[in-house]
Amino acid sequence: MDKVIDARGLSCPQPVILTMNEIKKVKKGEIVILVDTETSKENVVRAAITNGWTVKGIENEEEGYRISIVKG
Amino acid sequence: MPIKLFSFFATRGGIIIVGAIIGIIATILQKLGNPPNMGVCVACFERDIAGALGFHRASIAQYMRPEIIGFVLGSFIAANLFREFRARTGSAPIVRFILGVFAMIGGLVFLGCPWRAALRLAGGDGNAILGIAGLAVGIWIGTLFLKSGYNLGRSQSTHTTVGWLMPLTMLGFLILILVFPQIPGQDKSGILFYSIKGPGALHAPLVISLFAGLFIGFLAQRSRFCTMGAIRDFILFRQTHLLSGLFSLIVFAFFTNIILGQFNPGFEKQPIAHTMALWNFMGMVLAGLSFSLAGGCPGRQLFLAGEGDGDAAVFVMGMIVGAGISHNFGLASSPDGIGPYGVYGVIIGLLFCLFIGFTMRKQIA
Repeated sequence: MDKVIDARGLSCPQPVILTMNEIKKVKKGEIVILVDTETSKENVVRAAITNGWTVKGIENEEEGYRISIVKG
Repeated sequence: MPIKLFSFFATRGGIIIVGAIIGIIATILQKLGNPPNMGVCVACFERDIAGALGFHRASIAQYMRPEIIGFVLGSFIAANLFREFRARTGSAPIVRFILGVFAMIGGLVFLGCPWRAALRLAGGDGNAILGIAGLAVGIWIGTLFLKSGYNLGRSQSTHTTVGWLMPLTMLGFLILILVFPQIPGQDKSGILFYSIKGPGALHAPLVISLFAGLFIGFLAQRSRFCTMGAIRDFILFRQTHLLSGLFSLIVFAFFTNIILGQFNPGFEKQPIAHTMALWNFMGMVLAGLSFSLAGGCPGRQLFLAGEGDGDAAVFVMGMIVGAGISHNFGLASSPDGIGPYGVYGVIIGLLFCLFIGFTMRKQIA
């Protein structure tokens, strides 16, 4: 089961902090992050790419986005 | 199929262009009548709005600034056009309100917000260096709290009406200024107060100010421009995305000032500024920490309020009320130096921020 981070409803920079904490913890694999604003989506994606992770997919959900990032 | 990750404005090129446009527009507005080195200072202009509504008695700071109205409405328009408008609230509004109050108190000890600190620097005001240093230290303290788990809790989606209230309030302000326009030489028109002298009397023509504000609000909503986030993201993540926008603002405002003959380097006799280095620094430590704990610079809070964030709207209200408190209680500085009670305001504000920072660190599940 992939780790799912629920960052919905959290304001800047919490979604990125939670993502970064997880990136540092797991080092590689797949992380799923739930966000509810366009800004959070952009920030999480930017942080992931900067840290060498790849965005596998972004799905629209009723309450925002489900972002999957991977590192091999 | 490759995923489109960013719109143009969310790219580095996008944020640099937006910073440049803000810097150029702000300095041109000064040429057209806005106060020197103030351009589109968010704190100063919210303070003037507080004065226009009669919330304080500083007769030199009374004008219903159309730029602020434009910031919120421009963001509102952009958010709706791009389907990003989302009404949300409930993330510790009362804390945000008081952070707004103290952000304004700190800002008015320095005489400006991060936006004006940048514009003062671009105009040659050396005192701004102390302000920006203080801002960075305040934000750095904020990042220590963020790293140790500080957060304001989650917001919730809510009725669309909630997100409309700040834009509607600004629309109301716009109607007020149209119904009660300035009468030359008079300090009051209907229910609105106006300044006859001082910075509040200096302003570009209403229509130009309004459209400048709308344009900036629109672009800033698209690009997420944030002066506090610029420094915070660099300290926290070594990320320079937003920072490049802030640099761009300073550089382009600087060159525009040179072209327009508005660049006057020095520390003494700078417009609407004082030379008390320690308090230029400390005022902005308080402002920077408050913005950092609240998650956005004063401009960003306006843009967020425009896209439906009711908590950001509460922060804006806090800043406007904070302006009233600052001037009524003698906390605000003047070109002669800090106000009689400014030091106490800063100390109490810092204690409040530390209290919030230390006691709101529950880890998010």
